[in-house]
Amino acid sequence: MDTFEKHPDLPPPVSEVGVIGWLRKNLFSSPSNSVMTIAALYLLYLAIPPVIKWAFIDADWVGNTRAACTSGGACWVFVGARFEQFMFGFYPQAEHWRVLLTWGIFAGLIGLLIAPRIPGKIWIGSFTLFVFPFIAYNLFHGGVFGLPVVTTSQWGGLMLTLILSTVGIVCALPLGILLALGRRSKMPILKSVCVSYIELWRGVPLITVLFMASVMLPLFLPQGVDFNKLLRALVGIALFQGAYVAEVVRGGLQAIPKGQFEAASSLGLSYAKSMVLIVLPQALKMVIPGLVVTFIELFKDTTLVSIISLLDLLGIVQAGLTDPKWLGMTVEGYVFAGLFYWAFCFGISRYSLHLERRFETGHKR
Amino acid sequence: MSEANVNTPAEKPAGEPMIEIIDMHKWYGAFHVLKDINLTVRRGERIVVCGPSGSGKSTMIRCINHLEEHQRGKILVEGVEVTEEVKNIERIRRDVGMVFQHFNLFPHLTVLDNCCLAPIWVNKVPRKEAEAAAMTYLERVKIANQATKFPGQLSGGQQQRVAIARSLCMSPKVMLFDEPTSALDPEMIKEVLDVMTDLAEEGMTMICVTHEMGFARKVADRVIFMDAGQIVEENAPEEFFLNPQNERTKLFLSQILQH
Ligand SMILES: Nc1ncnc2c1ncn2[C@@H]1O[C@H](COP(=O)(O)OP(=O)(O)O)[C@@H](O)[C@H]1O
Ligand SMILES: [Mg+2]
Repeated sequence: MDTFEKHPDLPPPVSEVGVIGWLRKNLFSSPSNSVMTIAALYLLYLAIPPVIKWAFIDADWVGNTRAACTSGGACWVFVGARFEQFMFGFYPQAEHWRVLLTWGIFAGLIGLLIAPRIPGKIWIGSFTLFVFPFIAYNLFHGGVFGLPVVTTSQWGGLMLTLILSTVGIVCALPLGILLALGRRSKMPILKSVCVSYIELWRGVPLITVLFMASVMLPLFLPQGVDFNKLLRALVGIALFQGAYVAEVVRGGLQAIPKGQFEAASSLGLSYAKSMVLIVLPQALKMVIPGLVVTFIELFKDTTLVSIISLLDLLGIVQAGLTDPKWLGMTVEGYVFAGLFYWAFCFGISRYSLHLERRFETGHKR
Repeated sequence: MSEANVNTPAEKPAGEPMIEIIDMHKWYGAFHVLKDINLTVRRGERIVVCGPSGSGKSTMIRCINHLEEHQRGKILVEGVEVTEEVKNIERIRRDVGMVFQHFNLFPHLTVLDNCCLAPIWVNKVPRKEAEAAAMTYLERVKIANQATKFPGQLSGGQQQRVAIARSLCMSPKVMLFDEPTSALDPEMIKEVLDVMTDLAEEGMTMICVTHEMGFARKVADRVIFMDAGQIVEENAPEEFFLNPQNERTKLFLSQILQH
């Protein structure tokens, strides 16, 4: 054989591609696999049609009162009638625009921050972190520029859930980073302070922290010093969440080779600059999945504030269920609340997957 | 001390001392890593340090820019003593560049940003100027066309050349190389050594830990042999290779030169 001929690429056999190939490979590859597939399909057949019937086909959608619900399926009229309350709590209706405006600004800022290739992100970020909270507080609370005051006890529903979780996240992240750095410090006192803090808070359930913040803290404070219940809950959540963030961030810091810090030092960068410019960006990117998990947990854990009678989304739905005019709406109420939480958590988790993929390109060592 | 170097060109300035290590000792816990190190490096001198693995070569040069701390004796860089004091350390690190065995490039920054980072954040050079300067150094190490790539997209030899450029961007007066070619595939060693040779010819003061004996012959003013934490022998390259004095040096040379 003195002539070498390149063999042409042949198309793959049918069993490797197309719908049939996929089905055969994934669902019916063996007898036991086929049995599982058929059993699963049968279960789905049993479960899904009744749910669809209840939620859509037999459901009532229009109306204002309970009397509109006659078909025997889900009574979404309840959710419709209560929707504003679910979103805003007892925030006066005439002032709802303030809440919407604030979230609008916030969404815009976040949009600018996560959009690729926008210059001046440092300034947008600083504005979001340091200026926006004051704007938000003044818009929510009022009392300036002729806006009527709306006390925090009137805040509720989704608005409160979002306040608790965003403030919790924004405060817990820097706290957690500092704690993680402290825990890896060579200074023994600083190190043990951070370790004790983290272990203390991680050993206590959030519900206890919230009780302490709302019931016990006032006992320790001097007479007359009384600060807002919402603020107390926020402080409790941030301190609690900080400990969890710290452990996640520590995992990332440990994964960064010592050589990175040494290279930064040898170039003359101080400890702080090495951390901020070299080590933390890499460590935080690495722990995005872990951070997202803790933040999704926090988002769901904010429901615990209802035990200190702050009415977040779940709390206000529950309160609505006890309304004598709407008795028997339990399933509708919880399904609605559950869907809302799920949609938020799913959205966050998808976004984090997207972030991971974006950071992956080319940064591999 | 071999002051009169046989192989040194006539224009070599008999410079003042850049680095002086005087009676330096170091311990890792109870382990005495460096024992009574004495070494003077003059401006423009090129020193090659070799010796078996674990003999303390890395530790010694890392003490010079205080990546490691020595416990006894003195180290002076341009007359400034290496101490705990942050001010001294900062000053010394500005004058001393370092290249590592594993490059230690910053993987989350582009090649250009790797080079600009320290000038911008340490020397407060405006970004435009820093980038322009970085590009000239990247050209010098023949890698300017990769400036927008990330380190992970480059070969080992290219990464090490970027690391050299990154160090040069701080205009150091001394360069420390810690086995810069040991992590490289054979075909990439030459491109890095060429850059180092160019640097030496431009008069950079250098301390290179390396086992590249060809490079030592061609470039070094002095070769230092370390074993078990001590400087065992110190000589001009010709003498060092042809006529080693110490038994351990002979053994070491026979081991690394036999193939
Ligand atoms: N951080 C450390 N802690 C304890 N021992 C170390 C440490 N770094 C290096 N050593 C030890 O010090 C000795 C010298 O190491 P090193 O300077 O890296 O040697 P070389 O660079 O000549 O191979 C080795 O025996 C090594 O095991
Ligand atoms: Mg070494």
